[in-house]
Amino acid sequence: MRKISRILMTTTAVATATICAAPVFADDVKVGVVTFLSGGAAGPFGVPARNAAELVIDAINKGDLPAPYNTAGLAGNTIAPVYVDENSKQKNADFQKLVEKDGVEMVVGYISSSSCKSIAPEAEKLKRLTILFDCGTPQIFEDIVTEPHYTFRTAATATMDNVAAARYLMDTGADAGRVAGINQNYAWGQDSWRDFSASLEQLAEATEVVTEQFPKVYAGQYGSEISALLTNRPEVVHSSFWGGDMEAFVIQGSARGLFERSKVVLTAGETAMFSLAKQIPEGTVIGARGPHGDLAPESDLNTWFRAAYKERFGSEPTYPSYKMAQALLGVKAAADKAGSSLQDDVIGALEGLEWEGPSGKVSMALAGGHQAIQDTAYGTFKLAEDGSASLVDVIRYDAGCVNPPAGVKSLNWIKSGFDGATCN
Amino acid sequence: MLTAIAIAVDGLGFAAWLFLSSVGLTLIYGVMRILNIAHGGFYALGAYASAWGIGLYMQTGNPVGFAFLIIPVMALIAGVVAGLAIERGVLRFMYGRDEVLMVLVTYAMFLILEDVTKLIWGTDSYVAWQPAYALGTIDIAGIPYTGYKFLIIGVAMLCGGLLYWGLTHTRVGKLLLVVIEDREVSMALGINVTKFFTITFLIGATLGALGGALTAPEISVVPGIGAEIIVMAFAVIVIGGMGSIPGAIIGALIVGFARAASVHIYPPAELFSIYLVMAAVLAVKPYGLFALAEGRKI
Amino acid sequence: MTQFDRTELTLFAALPVLVLLSVLLPSWIVNYIQVSLGTGMVALGVMIQMRAGLVSFGQGLYFCIGGYAAGLAGKYFGITDLFALLGLGVVVALVTSVALGFLLRRYREIFYAMLSLAVSMILYGLLSSTEELGSTDGFNLPVPTYLFFAPEGETARLTLFAITATIVILSAVVLNRLLRSSLGLVNEAIRENELRVEYLGTSAHMAVHMTYVVAAVVSSMGGVLWALALGHVDPEMTNWTTSGSFVFIVILAGTGSIIAPLIGTFLLEILRVYAVELSPNTWQMILGSVMLLTIIFLPKGLWSLVQKTSPRKRFDPDTGDAVAKGV
Repeated sequence: MRKISRILMTTTAVATATICAAPVFADDVKVGVVTFLSGGAAGPFGVPARNAAELVIDAINKGDLPAPYNTAGLAGNTIAPVYVDENSKQKNADFQKLVEKDGVEMVVGYISSSSCKSIAPEAEKLKRLTILFDCGTPQIFEDIVTEPHYTFRTAATATMDNVAAARYLMDTGADAGRVAGINQNYAWGQDSWRDFSASLEQLAEATEVVTEQFPKVYAGQYGSEISALLTNRPEVVHSSFWGGDMEAFVIQGSARGLFERSKVVLTAGETAMFSLAKQIPEGTVIGARGPHGDLAPESDLNTWFRAAYKERFGSEPTYPSYKMAQALLGVKAAADKAGSSLQDDVIGALEGLEWEGPSGKVSMALAGGHQAIQDTAYGTFKLAEDGSASLVDVIRYDAGCVNPPAGVKSLNWIKSGFDGATCN
Repeated sequence: MLTAIAIAVDGLGFAAWLFLSSVGLTLIYGVMRILNIAHGGFYALGAYASAWGIGLYMQTGNPVGFAFLIIPVMALIAGVVAGLAIERGVLRFMYGRDEVLMVLVTYAMFLILEDVTKLIWGTDSYVAWQPAYALGTIDIAGIPYTGYKFLIIGVAMLCGGLLYWGLTHTRVGKLLLVVIEDREVSMALGINVTKFFTITFLIGATLGALGGALTAPEISVVPGIGAEIIVMAFAVIVIGGMGSIPGAIIGALIVGFARAASVHIYPPAELFSIYLVMAAVLAVKPYGLFALAEGRKI
Repeated sequence: MTQFDRTELTLFAALPVLVLLSVLLPSWIVNYIQVSLGTGMVALGVMIQMRAGLVSFGQGLYFCIGGYAAGLAGKYFGITDLFALLGLGVVVALVTSVALGFLLRRYREIFYAMLSLAVSMILYGLLSSTEELGSTDGFNLPVPTYLFFAPEGETARLTLFAITATIVILSAVVLNRLLRSSLGLVNEAIRENELRVEYLGTSAHMAVHMTYVVAAVVSSMGGVLWALALGHVDPEMTNWTTSGSFVFIVILAGTGSIIAPLIGTFLLEILRVYAVELSPNTWQMILGSVMLLTIIFLPKGLWSLVQKTSPRKRFDPDTGDAVAKGV
């Protein structure tokens, strides 16, 4: 029986050690921040988002932000962030640990749609305010948690990106008779292509899909795919590639003249605009998953955000940074409105809230006030005289023009011919 | 016809990349019987070092030609430094241990290398596109291909050739073949097997780093690229027969053409074409196409 | 064979302790124990194969089959009964493994590892590219019911834990019996010298096939239990990294006892959690270093710490010294 007692002792020791750790300070609001800190999504998404979280949380705590956010803290209480790596096989258990052991008042995070799908029900179960700041799948409130109370999403769905991309092509008079897609072979790429091709089918008079390429995510080598795109001679190439994959595609595709032969739409192209300014040929259509980054409208908040981010991290903030800032400012706006940083007060105030983020107005309009919509914009890449990257022919789309009305599923909405869309 | 030509060229290009990325792995396995997961770490190190070096060099405004020299130099530095550290620092204490245990050791090294890379270069992406653009494009049947792709094909052939020549025509190479054939007998014959292990590991590590360094100009170097290459390289060398250099060539060609064909003919199959090929080959040739003869133990 | 050995007694004693702990400990720790029990089952599957010298780098295949069988049955047929879901998972795994076993039983060593990996990655590719099955996002599972009992809230959590623990413990006892049975002994002989086993008139292929099927069944049960605890399945379950982690658990924990992988799973999980908490940006380095140190100083796994005190030395199932394997 010595074995048993040894095992028990170890287990109990581990357990007690974990319970006794982590002191909690009275006036601190603990906020769990979950993004990718390792793996392929860390560089383009996770780390820029974490950087933005550090920046904005510090600024909130010091009260450095421009009006109306120039009061210190969440309703006066200091934020104490707890950073967690989203790259984990036990996301739900990690979430539960954040809630129960670390005792966070709320969790802000989750980039991958897969994470969001498993975390949303968990948040409802554990009754803890959870703000999804980036993931794109429309299923979260359409199928998974249909009556959310604790779950919010301050980012618009991926549907918006692709509907707007199709509209932008039409509005700029692009030929879209022969269309091709190259998207990563996982949910994000499949959904993006489905929404885009369905939208184009509604908007363009006659359009034919000449090839659909679905390389593996993180493949990095697109020689064969680019050959296939070249041989099929599409007029429009749609790609929802992001991060390193997108940059590799730009390098390999533009070296082989793909971008000259076809009009390429990069729905998440903004993150590479500056680092690959010389490789992205002029005329490429670029999106930022919302009016973020270079597409963000001018405002004091945006100017502050860009300058402060660049000063601290040495690079321009890209859209994941914007989205994180947007989520945290939403929390601040809600807490200040409620005059309290307690979970239930924040939830009450956040439902249906409208606030200004660095990329303009955000409104929690869908899913009973839990899902954000916002305007979006697309632009065409142009290299300025001085060699710096810029977007021209920027077209802004009202939230109501590119998002389904409340209660309608995204794909059904597209297939109905965007029934109920309000475009200006 | 156009498709057939495209499949041939694309397949060859992909195969060259695969060969460069996996030959170091098969060499190390052949000599040392270590399935080196840290190979992915060498690949990533080489890619980062090369992209970083080229980036620094290009900022000086000098002609792009020298950037081509930076690639092998950086690969050599990365491979030798990391290879020495791992072989001398850890592996040499573990020789003779169970093969599976060694896989775990190299996996641990891989995890450490991943974070070391992250600590050195951060998580931002590095791009070093200049060499990939410098060689222009070549049209084949109306499809433009980059000259750089053909450079990679050339380097892959050169590496394969050099390795083959080195193994069959030099003293060191011949002795290595003896070690591959039978480690115990070679020890008995007075060959300093430990020294050969160090040499082999350094060559293997440098080849891994070279694979990454040559790929760097074509891609964006980001955290996690090392993990992606491991399984692919495993598949290639298993198909060809573990530890066999000709096997790695054939394995790379088979996988390269299979992937190119699926992209051009039936894109949805791309995701698992490589594993289908591996399963199919192993079902027919259980130990790979060029399996080394194993003595039966009675 | 009716007598219980020390391992079995320990396991039986652990059951009430586990159930007690689930009430006493904070629920987040219980949650880690619960997911560890699920993945621990898969580690058991890997371990019994390793006893025969077979390293499966694709055990995630059956982990995933179990999880998806339960998930699909819940999603499309509205089945929520835990025992029905478990049965379904087992049946699917059984059929698949019997069929695949005819192929895999011909392979040994690294080829067994790579072929099992290939098969699991084919499933990964199929699931990731099939939108109807949720693609890489996967889908969510229903809250399980138990025959006519449909608890909610806290009761549901504790019931699921208790049932999971019971199933895992019972399976572990059965597997322990298996290791001591003639099949288990033949497996050890196969690891030592397959040719001699054949000379003695036993079919090594048959033994490997049976072991493969048993491992598959256990892993699929782990998959069902893990998926129900998590409420979500996705193709990551059959990705090679997942399968790899099972192998690592077994090697770290040691193959000395059926208990080792179960505890190893939990310890590795806790180690990861604390590494992330300590250093969210470089936790992999901590994990890698601990692994390396364990291998260097405890080559037979963590279990050797416990085993040193054990007087039973008649046949030590760990090989450790591969030199004798004639490389």
